[in-house]
Amino acid sequence: MGAGRDQSFSLRGKGITKIYKTGSVTIEALRGVDFELGPGELVVLLGPSGSGKSTLLNILGGLDTPTDGQLIFEDHLLTDAKESELTLFRRQHVGFVFQFYNLIPSLTARENVALVTEIATQPMTPEEALTIVGLDSRMDHFPAQLSGGEQQRVAIARAIAKRPELLLCDEPTGALDSRTGILVLEAIERVNRELGTATAIITHNSGVAAMADRVVSIGDGRITDVVVNESRMPARELSW
Amino acid sequence: MRALNRRLSRELWRLRGQVLAVALVIGSGVAVLVMALSTFEALSETSEAYYERYQFADVFAGAKRVPISVARRIAAISGVQLVQTRIARYATLDVQGFAEPVIGRLTSIPETGQPVLNQLALRSGRWIQPGRHDETIISEPFAEAHALEAGDTFTAIVNGRKRRLTVVGTALSPEFIYALGPGALLPDDKRFGIVWMGREALEAAYDLDNSFNDLAVTLLRDVAPEPVISEIDTLLEPYGGVSAIPRADQLSNWFVRNELSQQQSMSTILPTIFLGVAAFLCYTVLSRLITTERSEIGLLKAFGYSDLVVGWYYAKLVIAISLIGAAIGWILGGYFGRLNTQMYADTFRFPLLIYRPSAEAFLIAGSVSLIATLSGALVAVRRVVKLPPAEAMRPPAPPTYRHGVLARPGLRDWLDQPTRIALRQIGRWPLRAAVTTIGIAASVGLLIMALQWEDAIDYIADKYFFESQHQTLSIGLTEPQSLAAVREMKHLPGVMAAEPWRAVPADLSAGTRRHRGGVIGLARSNRLQPIYDDATDTRIAVPEGGIVLSRYLAEKLGVGVSDYVRVHVLEGRRPEGELRVVAVFETTIAMPAYMDLDALNRWLGERPVAQYVNVLVDASQQAALFSRLKQTPRVSAIMVREGALEAFHDTVGHNILIFIGIFTGFAMALAFGVTYNSARIALSERGRELATLRVLGFTRGEISYVLLGEVAVLIFLALPLGCLIGYWLALVVARTFDSELFRMPLSISPSSYGFGVIVALTATVLSALLVRRRIARLDLIRVLKTRE
Ligand SMILES: Nc1ncnc2c1ncn2[C@@H]1O[C@H](COP(=O)(O)OP(=O)(O)OP(=O)(O)O)[C@@H](O)[C@H]1O
Ligand SMILES: [Mg+2]
Repeated sequence: MGAGRDQSFSLRGKGITKIYKTGSVTIEALRGVDFELGPGELVVLLGPSGSGKSTLLNILGGLDTPTDGQLIFEDHLLTDAKESELTLFRRQHVGFVFQFYNLIPSLTARENVALVTEIATQPMTPEEALTIVGLDSRMDHFPAQLSGGEQQRVAIARAIAKRPELLLCDEPTGALDSRTGILVLEAIERVNRELGTATAIITHNSGVAAMADRVVSIGDGRITDVVVNESRMPARELSW
Repeated sequence: MRALNRRLSRELWRLRGQVLAVALVIGSGVAVLVMALSTFEALSETSEAYYERYQFADVFAGAKRVPISVARRIAAISGVQLVQTRIARYATLDVQGFAEPVIGRLTSIPETGQPVLNQLALRSGRWIQPGRHDETIISEPFAEAHALEAGDTFTAIVNGRKRRLTVVGTALSPEFIYALGPGALLPDDKRFGIVWMGREALEAAYDLDNSFNDLAVTLLRDVAPEPVISEIDTLLEPYGGVSAIPRADQLSNWFVRNELSQQQSMSTILPTIFLGVAAFLCYTVLSRLITTERSEIGLLKAFGYSDLVVGWYYAKLVIAISLIGAAIGWILGGYFGRLNTQMYADTFRFPLLIYRPSAEAFLIAGSVSLIATLSGALVAVRRVVKLPPAEAMRPPAPPTYRHGVLARPGLRDWLDQPTRIALRQIGRWPLRAAVTTIGIAASVGLLIMALQWEDAIDYIADKYFFESQHQTLSIGLTEPQSLAAVREMKHLPGVMAAEPWRAVPADLSAGTRRHRGGVIGLARSNRLQPIYDDATDTRIAVPEGGIVLSRYLAEKLGVGVSDYVRVHVLEGRRPEGELRVVAVFETTIAMPAYMDLDALNRWLGERPVAQYVNVLVDASQQAALFSRLKQTPRVSAIMVREGALEAFHDTVGHNILIFIGIFTGFAMALAFGVTYNSARIALSERGRELATLRVLGFTRGEISYVLLGEVAVLIFLALPLGCLIGYWLALVVARTFDSELFRMPLSISPSSYGFGVIVALTATVLSALLVRRRIARLDLIRVLKTRE
């Protein structure tokens, strides 16, 4: 298993604000959030539905741009970046995992991962990535031939195969039962530990918070609470 | 129900891009159909009305000199209604300001007013007056080509004497809708004109008092022309009669009929292609729509909407698309029909033009399109209707993909994943891929078919005007002249070579097969007008004995090399005999048969004579030669090769350009419609996939490749297929054009293939760019929030 790349970077958001305007209605999804993510860190984001978690994560990952505030990756100001620069940022530095696995149905597990390794600068092989998530035996299956949990693990393998600095997971266990969810979380944990990938996980299960270095609670577009765990509980021991 | 109707219009609006794309294809088919049908109607109604109003004859015959008393005996033939006797001769004209000699067909008319048959449509000026032998009415196109008006004069060599003639009017005639000079392929209003003169004037000029040399006859209703023709032939034979022909073979009418049948074949082949593709497009659009609306359909059914209501809802959608397409087609077809008819009217010169397309043409086109699209849609609709509601509300089973050859170790490393996605997609939906491929291929094929017209024209120009003709001009003599007189021609200014030839009318037969045509006698030393075989691009030597046949004639007679054909010459002492076929050659124009000039003369029992002379002229002295020829009494016709070629390009070239323009438009609509539709369907099916790829860091360009790569692969397949279809269509068209007068060569130039490919590519690239714009607007986040 190759170690992560030289993990010294920083992702910092300052005063991030996101306002949606639909017709006459304006929704303030984020109201000045300061957020930081360092190398090797595992952060869990908690909060009620509609509080702005996904919005924040998407902005952090360069999928969306804030209405106001700054986002700095290393010494690049991403808030001023053009669409093409954001694409490059995602391509080189960010891995995403979503609630709905979003695999390409016409590609096998291996090919889904290869999709990313083909365009990355220092990727691991698809086989390595799939071994990390424990799917080395199902590499030539199409998504339709895999269970939900397995599909999500392929999605994780695909997200981490490029050796990203950031792994952003939006409710990765949302569509899974708890046993399968734990398998998925284990995979994430392993990536975080072995590759040193900074990881943020959105979840509705406060039980998951125990595996984090830091737990950030969000409410109504603001950070309402930050708890730093003394020690991380292994994902295998979680329950909800 | 009202709610469903509102939903229908919203749906149409949402799918407007695709609706329009499919409607365009339907519209093209309808437009071609309406255009062809309405042109056909207009042309046939116009020519029928023209023929009827101006008493166009049913049978035509020519002879040397027939006493007027014979006319009574012809009138007595059973079935004959009216008889018109005339004097008709070719003469050389000299029109001021035009260097070349012009050929005029002098045709007699009564001084007192309209003839009984083949009446004139007087367009300007007045009728000739009795006793004024110099007065003429000339054909309107000829007058226009030379800006001649009533009061203007020109000179003519009438029976060896130079005469100054005065124009008193211009006219059109049903006999000369398509006015061809002797030896000409196409109308050339500058070099050929009809000159109507008083009967007395021509009788006096040609010493034909109380005689005639031309005859036209109308038949009683429902009388077949053949028996009448053979009786006329018998009656005229002693007077140098050249066999009579029915209206169907009258040259001008033949060309008009030929155009009509072209319109008819156009109205079947092309709309079939367009509407066939449209049917498939409707099927794909609807299938996709039904897939996305599966659960809604289930819901509707669960609410108690019947299968019929649901099926009817989707049928209405297709009907709406079809009607939009039909409307586009009606408007375009009406417009092009008019343009097309006008184009024919310009070539044909009708004094009246009846363009009132009947509702029938539009109705036929509309219903054909409706039937085609509905039958395409029916297949898709049947699937929804059959679906039980509970099953419909569940998402469809995910499509199953197969590894296929793409997973082979060799290919695995060689293919990148985006390409693999595109290829698997094609493998998963082979029918849809086939429709896209065939649609694009059809558009390429259509273009090639249209463009090959230009190639065919080039081919004919090259083979007919260059390879098999080297003379500067051909001179027709009033009477066969001795070869010594031909040799004299060499002393005319600028003449570098002069070669005699002769053409005699003849019946050729073999067994029961017969062809009424002629035999051309060429000197064995002939260089200027070689017998040229288009198929092998070689010259065939004039044989000492025997006869050389053109391929079409040989096939008509069912003979080959070494077989014998029976030749009955219909001139002079009318010899009859068997001649051995020495060679068969390919040519696109007419059905010539050649033999040795000396042998022909000997056979006719005449001393060495010729009726035509091919001359090669030094360009610098051409003008001097022309002015000498205008004064030469023995000359009855002059065919300038350059002039004929120019007329060929002028007439055909212009029409072809319009034709190609229209077809380029239709073919682009087809390619555009097919590509846009399949790319849009791909986009709608795979929006999620594309959004995922964007999230993974693929650029817009890269995901466009994934989406359009699939289309690109299909286009790649479609292009060579399109070239094949083009070849095949050209073949079909060439076959429908095969006639005794003209064979369309099948010769497609590489540039036609190239242009066809480029135009189709342009259309597909355009539609791809439109779809690409939508890729840029893809909402990543929304897609990721929702479940598949
Ligand atoms: N595209 C959009 N247009 C308008 N409002 C939006 C849009 N996307 C999100 N919002 C609003 O922004 C707020 C934050 O949404 P967000 O998706 O970040 O919530 P969340 O915390 O992830 O909720 P959940 O836990 O349900 O996923 C919500 O009120 C939502 O309605
Ligand atoms: Mg969310």
